Amino acid sequence: MATRTIIPFGPQHPVLPEPIHLDLVVEDEKVVEAVPSIGFIHRGLERLVEKKDFQEFVFVAERICGICSFIHGQSYCQGIEEIMNIPVPPRALFLRTIWGELSRIHSHLLWLGLMADAVGFESLFMHSWRVRERVLNIIEATTGGRVIFGSCKVGGVRRDIDAAQMQSLLSQLTEIERETHEIVKVFLNDDTVKHRLCGVGTLSREEAHSLGCVGPTMRASGIAQDMRTLGYAAFKELSFKPITRTAGDCYARVAVRCDEIFQSVDLIRQAAAKIPGGEIAVKVTGNPNGEFFVRVEQPRGEVIYYLKGNGTKNLQRFRVRTPTFANIPALVKALQGCNLADVPVLVLTIDPCISCTER
Amino acid sequence: MIEEQPIVPVTVDKLVAEVKALCDQGWRMVQIGVTSLGETLEFNYTFDLDQKFRNLRLQLPAAGARLPSISGVFWCAFLYENEIHDLFGVNFDGLVLDFKGNLYQTTKPFPFAAAATAGVSTNIVQSPV
Repeated sequence: MATRTIIPFGPQHPVLPEPIHLDLVVEDEKVVEAVPSIGFIHRGLERLVEKKDFQEFVFVAERICGICSFIHGQSYCQGIEEIMNIPVPPRALFLRTIWGELSRIHSHLLWLGLMADAVGFESLFMHSWRVRERVLNIIEATTGGRVIFGSCKVGGVRRDIDAAQMQSLLSQLTEIERETHEIVKVFLNDDTVKHRLCGVGTLSREEAHSLGCVGPTMRASGIAQDMRTLGYAAFKELSFKPITRTAGDCYARVAVRCDEIFQSVDLIRQAAAKIPGGEIAVKVTGNPNGEFFVRVEQPRGEVIYYLKGNGTKNLQRFRVRTPTFANIPALVKALQGCNLADVPVLVLTIDPCISCTER
Repeated sequence: MIEEQPIVPVTVDKLVAEVKALCDQGWRMVQIGVTSLGETLEFNYTFDLDQKFRNLRLQLPAAGARLPSISGVFWCAFLYENEIHDLFGVNFDGLVLDFKGNLYQTTKPFPFAAAATAGVSTNIVQSPV
């Protein structure tokens, strides 16, 4: 038997955007076991709900993550609205959908850039982030924020998008779509990229299911599950199908995210065409009394918000299960048997967001 | 309501068998969560099958809480159970990967164990299995 060596990987490491630690047990160049450690920056935000007014807490929920911040705020608001039976105006639901899909586009472009960086393709990394910047410009123009939107509130949204802004948004989206096509061509066809991704970190359909995978990690293994099909926000009015691949390797996970960018562009166009007029928020009175499990599709996959109120202004329990948390067991399995040089690519392939996980 | 959310009461001695039955039927494990209700802890085991939702629920006295691990059925449960141990101080028997309190680096042990308030009403209908 070859000598086993334990290599500590992270929490500070050049390829890791956020702090996660893995003890990699290697035999020569092969990883035979990986033991994860998290919790280096756990913030205990869940307990903060016991001290914050439930309407103010949306600002905290948005700050769980700097990438899918809007969808965190939206998930929280949806939970409160379900508990309190608040009829959210249809226009607000469409606006939430548009901002949510813009978040997905910029998140996937950010991730594609990081993946390009991990495989050593610097110019592709810069192009991906250049296009992402255009999405952030749209978000800034329509919400006033680039990272934290602050536009979602219990009972609706705080800001509207007028007709001129919507037209500008759609024309910029056409440009973003064209430029993304150019980038995606390289990701999916370039030999050096394919060499690093094809056949690496394969998860079968059965493994993805039994390991509790979510989001693109699950769909790249052939499971057509996307929480948007539940019909929350305006998704029940829009036409789309979950994007899947069957290979289950790193390349398949890249391909799913590439296609999801174009799917989000299409969903925004559909939403812009169907958005009704009217109010964007309703007045909220009373306090939440009850519980609800919110399931929403973030860029990284299904997020679960469990909210429990007891009739006071402070919630009794706020629990978030983030998609990254659900994908860590799959990462641990996928690392077993891989080459040491593939570890950075494999870690990135689940699109880890430790900020979310350490809520 | 976005989706029906049946909540099924379960006892400690039947927990693993119930989870095994769901696993055999093809349900995916979604999450395990805990709510501190003062003297007791409320556990939620959530599952999904083709976007259908099901939640198993049980309550235990908070002091000395101990549960059988379901990580023998759903391997991925090890992460949730280690998290619950580190935040709430619950011990799990039969964990396939036990971090022994070192998954989270907390400044004080079991920071989520004490609840701010106790008791809650619910608007979700309790359903039989």
